[in-house]
Amino acid sequence: MTWLVPVQITPRFRKTCNLVLTFTPVQNLPPHDYEAALRMAGLKAAAYLGELARDVSPNEVKTFETLPIMEGAKKYPDLPRVGYVQMLQSQGLLHDTYVYGVDMKKSITTLINPTEIFDGAIISGNCVSACDKNTTYHHQNNPVILDLFEEHGKTLNFVGMIITNENVFLADKERSSDWTAKLAEYLSLDGVIISQEGFGNPDTDLIMNCKKVEQKGIKTVIITDEYAGRDGTSQSLADVDASADAVVTGGNANEVITLPKLDKIIGSLDCVDKMAGGFENNVLSDGSIVVELQAIIGATNELGFNRLSAR
Amino acid sequence: MAKVRVVHYINQFYAGIGGEEAAGHVAELREGALGPGAAFTVAFGEEAEITHTIICGDSYFNENVDVAKEAVLNFISQTKPDLFIAGPAFNAGRYGVACGTICEAVAEKFGIPVITGMYAENPGADMFKEKIYIVSTKNSAAGMRDAVPKMVKLALKMVKEDRIGASIEEGYIPNSRRVNFFDQERGSKRAVNMLLAKMAEKPFTTEFPMPDFDRVAPNIPIKDISSATIALVTSGGIVPKGNPDRIESSSASKYGEYDITNVMDLTEATYETAHGGYDPVYANQDSDRVLPVDVLREFEKDKKIGKLHHKFYTTTGNGTSVKKSQEFALEFSHKLINDGVQAVILTST
Repeated sequence: MTWLVPVQITPRFRKTCNLVLTFTPVQNLPPHDYEAALRMAGLKAAAYLGELARDVSPNEVKTFETLPIMEGAKKYPDLPRVGYVQMLQSQGLLHDTYVYGVDMKKSITTLINPTEIFDGAIISGNCVSACDKNTTYHHQNNPVILDLFEEHGKTLNFVGMIITNENVFLADKERSSDWTAKLAEYLSLDGVIISQEGFGNPDTDLIMNCKKVEQKGIKTVIITDEYAGRDGTSQSLADVDASADAVVTGGNANEVITLPKLDKIIGSLDCVDKMAGGFENNVLSDGSIVVELQAIIGATNELGFNRLSAR
Repeated sequence: MAKVRVVHYINQFYAGIGGEEAAGHVAELREGALGPGAAFTVAFGEEAEITHTIICGDSYFNENVDVAKEAVLNFISQTKPDLFIAGPAFNAGRYGVACGTICEAVAEKFGIPVITGMYAENPGADMFKEKIYIVSTKNSAAGMRDAVPKMVKLALKMVKEDRIGASIEEGYIPNSRRVNFFDQERGSKRAVNMLLAKMAEKPFTTEFPMPDFDRVAPNIPIKDISSATIALVTSGGIVPKGNPDRIESSSASKYGEYDITNVMDLTEATYETAHGGYDPVYANQDSDRVLPVDVLREFEKDKKIGKLHHKFYTTTGNGTSVKKSQEFALEFSHKLINDGVQAVILTST
C-alpha cells in the first residue's frame, strides 16, 4: 500500500535525535535478567545525557497549574471536573511499567500529580506489539495530560490523574477497575479520559474501567486502537460494552506496510519475521521489509499521540 | 484511455415519467443520460460517459423483484458497462432498496464496480451498506449537487482500482470495514473535545461504534466424561520446540495441528510457546502450564476421562483477528468432529 509511507507513522521520532544502544548478551542469560540489564542501561544512558543538560537554559518554558483539590474546586466552581485515568501495561516480561521504580503489576490503582509524569515518574518496560506500547518518551510527553492542561481553567478543571494497571489475573482486573471507579467518584469527577496500553487482554481492563466509571454517573471517553484484521473486516476489540459510547481510536494495527530497504541498519534483522507484526519471509529480496503497523513503536499509540485513526 | 462506459439506473420519478401513479413502470433501457444523469455527465467530464439509462418504477421493481432484476441484468449484458451507478435515492425507501438490490446483483454477476447513494436512514442503507459502497446523501433531491461529485469521485477510484479511503474521507456510509486515515488533530485532542461535548450533552461521534458482541452459549454437558474423548486446543501458542510451522508471534495467519501420541508431558526440551503477547518464560519452562497434557494423561490413566485426543490444535491469539480465529476454528472443528472428539478444553492466555 503506497498511501502510507513510513515517515508519516511516527513523525515525532523523525524530528528527535535518536540514540540507539546495541547489546550482545552473554550466553544463557535468563530473559528477565536480560530485560532488566537493557532497561537499566537505557536509564543510565538517559541520566548521563540528562546530566549534560542540567545547566543549559531551555528554549521554551511552559507553566502548568495543578492545584490541591480543594483550592481547584474553589477557583473553578463552574467548570466540569475532569480526570485522567491512565492504564499502564503490567503483564510480565517486556510488558511491564514502573512508577517511581515500583513494578506496576505489584501496585494498586492510585493517584498521581499529572506534572510528575513529565518529570519521569513513569518508566516503560515494554515494547512487544510495539505500535501501542508507550515508551518513556511518550510518558514524559503524554499528550492527554498536555491537552487537558491546554483546556484547564478555560473549559474544564483538570483535577488530577489516576494510574491503574493491566494485570493478567481476573481478580486483579476486578480490584483495579473497582478502585479506578471509586477514586473517580472520590474526586467528584464529572468526566474522565481513559487511555489504554496494549490490546486484547487489556481490552477487558479498558471495558471494566469504562463501564464501572460510567456506572458512577461519570462520563468517559476511551482511547484505544484496533485489530480489525489486515482487510479491516474483523471485530476490532476483544471486549466491548454499550457504555463505551465515546471512543477515540489510534487506527487498525493489522494494516500492512512496506518499509523500504535502508542503507544502514542498527541492531539486527534476525527477529524481523518473529517479532509481533512480522511473519515468515517478510524480508523481500530487494531488502524491503513487510510488517503490520503493529511492529512499529508508537504507530497506533493509545495516548492519542498521533493523528492516525480509522473509520 | 478510452472513456469509462457507465450505465445509470433511475426510477420513474427521476426519469420524468411520473410520481406514484407511474410507479408500476416496467424496466426499460434508453440510450444516453437522463434526469440526474445530466449532473453525472458534467461531473464525469472527459473520464466517463453514461451510455445508457435504465428506468424502472419503484413499485414494479419491489413487487416483481426477480423479474425486474433479470430484466436489468439483461440490459447490462447488452450494454457491457465498466461501471454501474444507481440513484441516488436519498430518503425514498423503495427506490433505495431497488438501487441496493440491483447494485449487488450487477456486482455479483458482472464483477464491475457499482455505486449508489442514499440517506443514512433509508432502509436500503442498512440492508446493503456492507455489500456495496453507498454514498451518504441528504434526505431529499436538494442534496443532488452534493451527492453527485462524491459518487463520481468514489466510482472512478473503484474503476481505477485506487485505494478507497475511510468512510469519513470518501463520504460513503460506514460499512464495518475499518480503514485507517490521518485525522486533522491528534487522538488526545480528539478525546478532550469528545469529552467536553459528552459532558455538555452536545452531539458527538464516536470513532468506533460498539459492535454486537458475539456471545457463545454453553454447549450441552457431556453425559459420561469417563468415556469421552477430550481434545486440547489453545490460543496460547504452544508448539513443538523450534516452531516448525513458523506460527506468527502475533496476528497469526495459520494454526498448527500436532500429534501427541505417546507424549506424556511437555518439557522445556520438546515444546515452547510462539506467542508474543505474554511473558513466555514460564510457558517455555513447562508448556503443560498452557496446554495441560500431563494432567490429562493422569486423568486418562485414572479413567477420569475416556482418552486424550492424539492431536492438538494451536495458534497465537495475540493480535489475531476474531474473523481469522473463526476461520481456523471452523476448519479444525470439523476435523475434531470427524475424529470422534466429544469435548474440547480450550485454553487461552
